[in-house]
Amino acid sequence: MTFRDIVPIIVLITLLAFVPVFITANTVLNFLVFTLIIALAAQGWNILGGFGGQFSFGHAAFFGTGAYAAALLQVRLGINPWIAFAIGAVAGAAVGWAIGYLSFRSGLRGSYFALVTLAFAEVLRILANAAAFTGGAAGVLIKLDVRPENFQFESRGAFFWIALALVGAVLVLTRWIERSRFGAQLVAVRENEAAAKALGVDTLRVKLGAITLSGAVTAAAGCLYAQYFLYVDASIAYGTWISVEAILAPIVGGLGTVFGPLVGAVALHGLSEITKLAAGSVPGIDLMVFGGLLVAAVAFAPEGILGLLRRSAQAKGAARHA
Amino acid sequence: MYSPAIIAEAVVNGLMTGAVYALIALGLTLVYGVLHIINFAHGALLTAAMFAVWVVYEALGLDPYLAILPLTPLFFGMGYAVQRFVIGPASHGNDSNILLVTLGLSIAIENALLAGFRSDTRTLNTDYGFQIVEFGPLLLSKPRLIGFGAAISVTVLLWLLLSRTDTGKAIRAVAKEKFGASLVGIDVAHVYAVTFGLGCACLAVAACLLMPTFYVNPRIGQAFVLVAFTIVVLGGMGSIPGALLGGLFIGVVESLCGLFLGDSLGQIGIFLIFILVLLVRPTGMFGAKA
Repeated sequence: MTFRDIVPIIVLITLLAFVPVFITANTVLNFLVFTLIIALAAQGWNILGGFGGQFSFGHAAFFGTGAYAAALLQVRLGINPWIAFAIGAVAGAAVGWAIGYLSFRSGLRGSYFALVTLAFAEVLRILANAAAFTGGAAGVLIKLDVRPENFQFESRGAFFWIALALVGAVLVLTRWIERSRFGAQLVAVRENEAAAKALGVDTLRVKLGAITLSGAVTAAAGCLYAQYFLYVDASIAYGTWISVEAILAPIVGGLGTVFGPLVGAVALHGLSEITKLAAGSVPGIDLMVFGGLLVAAVAFAPEGILGLLRRSAQAKGAARHA
Repeated sequence: MYSPAIIAEAVVNGLMTGAVYALIALGLTLVYGVLHIINFAHGALLTAAMFAVWVVYEALGLDPYLAILPLTPLFFGMGYAVQRFVIGPASHGNDSNILLVTLGLSIAIENALLAGFRSDTRTLNTDYGFQIVEFGPLLLSKPRLIGFGAAISVTVLLWLLLSRTDTGKAIRAVAKEKFGASLVGIDVAHVYAVTFGLGCACLAVAACLLMPTFYVNPRIGQAFVLVAFTIVVLGGMGSIPGALLGGLFIGVVESLCGLFLGDSLGQIGIFLIFILVLLVRPTGMFGAKA
C-alpha cells in the first residue's frame, strides 16, 4: 500500500469532518452518528463477507459483545470507558476467532456457515437476556457523566468525529487488506477455495484472520453504540436487526469494495428517513423497503451502487469517445 | 423433584408440538433437498399464513381447520409464483444470491405484515381452544392432539406424493441431477417452483393447525424458523423421515428444557443442539454424505 492509495480516503474523511461545523441540528447529527455506527458494523461484515465470501448472518454476536463489554466493564467493574472500548473490540476479535475456529475447522461454508453464525448470535442473545450479570431483560444503563475522559461529550459533534475517525481508520485497514498478500489470499478463498488450497494458501488461517478482524471492527461499532446511547439490552445488542443491517449496507453499496459499506449505509438510512417522511409513522415500512431493495440489488445491481456508478461512468466515457 | 406424571406430560406435549414443528421443517427440507438452498423466507411465509388464518376467521368466520382447504392451494400458488418469478430470476442461479434474495423477501414480508397489522399479538377465540382429552393419567389439549394427527397425516401424504406420483418422480430426479433431468425433458424451473409451492403449502397447513392454540404477531415466524432450521439440520438436509423424527425430538427437548430450565432459558437447548450438530455432523442423522 502506498500513500496514493489512501489519498481518496483522507480527502473524503476531511470533507465529512466539516459537516458538524455547518449542521448543528441534533436530529441530523443523531442520524449521522447512527449511520456511521451502522457503516462501521457493515465494514466489519464486508471484510469477511465481501472479501472472504463467507456470509455471516450473525454479526450481532460481535456487535453485542462489543456493546455489552463496553457497558459492563465500566458499570460493573468501574473501568475507564476508553479502556473498556478497546477491551470491547478485543473481545469482539476473540469471539470472532472462536466462532471461526469452531465453524471453519468443521468445514462449514455457504448456507451452513450462515446458519451457524445465526445460531451463535441467538445463543448469546438468550444468555444475555437471562443472566443477572448482564442485567437480564432490563439491560444495562450507563450512568450519565458528561466528561471527555469518560467518553461522554457535551456536543454530538464530538461523537460524530470519533465515529468518523473510526470509519476512516477501517477504510485504511480495508484498503490495506485489498492491496496486501493476505487480501489476495482472502479473495482467492472467495473465488475458489479448493483452487486456493491447491496453490498452497492456508485457507483456514486466512479465514480465521478475516473473521477475527471482522469481529473486532463490528464490536467497535457495538462499543460506540453503547457509549452513544448509554443503554444496552439483549434485543438491541444481539438482535437480528444489526446482523441484517451489516449485510445490507455492503451489498447495496458494493460488496468487497473499500467504500461500499459506507456508501450503502448512507444510501439505506437516507432512504429510510425519506420513506418515514413520505409514509408517516407506519412501523416497519422502512425495513419493508430495505428487504425489497436487497432483492432488487441482487437481481439488478450485483455490484451495488458503486458498480452502477462505475458502469455509468464507463458508458459516458465510451459515448464521448464514439 | 419432578413426578413421573409431570415429565410424561411434558414429553407428550413436546411430541404434539414437535409434530407441527416437523411439518414446518418438512417444507424447509423439501426446498433444500431439491433447490439446495436454505429458504430464509420460510419463517416470514409462516407468519403470513398464520395471519391469513386469522383474517379468514375474523372476516368470514371460517374455522381454522376448514381454512386448510382454501389456504393450502392459495399458498401453493403463491409459493410457485415467488420461486418462478422472484427468487429464480433474481438470483441468476448463484447459491449465495438465493440466500440473500430469500433474506430480503423475509425482511420485506415480515415488515409488510408489521405495517399492515401492527405489532399487536392476536389469537383466535374458538370454543374448542381449551378443551382437553383425558388419556389415562394424562390430560391432553384437544386441538394439539388434532394438530399432531393432522401433521403426521400430511407428512405421510407428502411422502406418498414424492414416492408414488410422476410429479414426485420429477422432483426427485431434479434433486439428484438437474442437468440430467432437463435432458430427459423435465422443466427444471417448473419443478423448482412446484417444490417451493409444496413447501409453502406445508406452512399453510401448519398455520391452520397452530392457530387454535397459538397466537400470531409479525415477528412470530423467527421463533419457528430457527427451530425448523435445527430440525432440518438434525434430521439431515432434504430428508423427510429425518424432518419428522427431528421435529418430534426437538419438540420433546424444548418441552423438557422449558420444564427444567424455565421459559427464558428453555430455548437454549435447541440452539446448542443446532450448533453441535452443525459442527460435529452437518449431514445430520439421515442426510447423505456431503
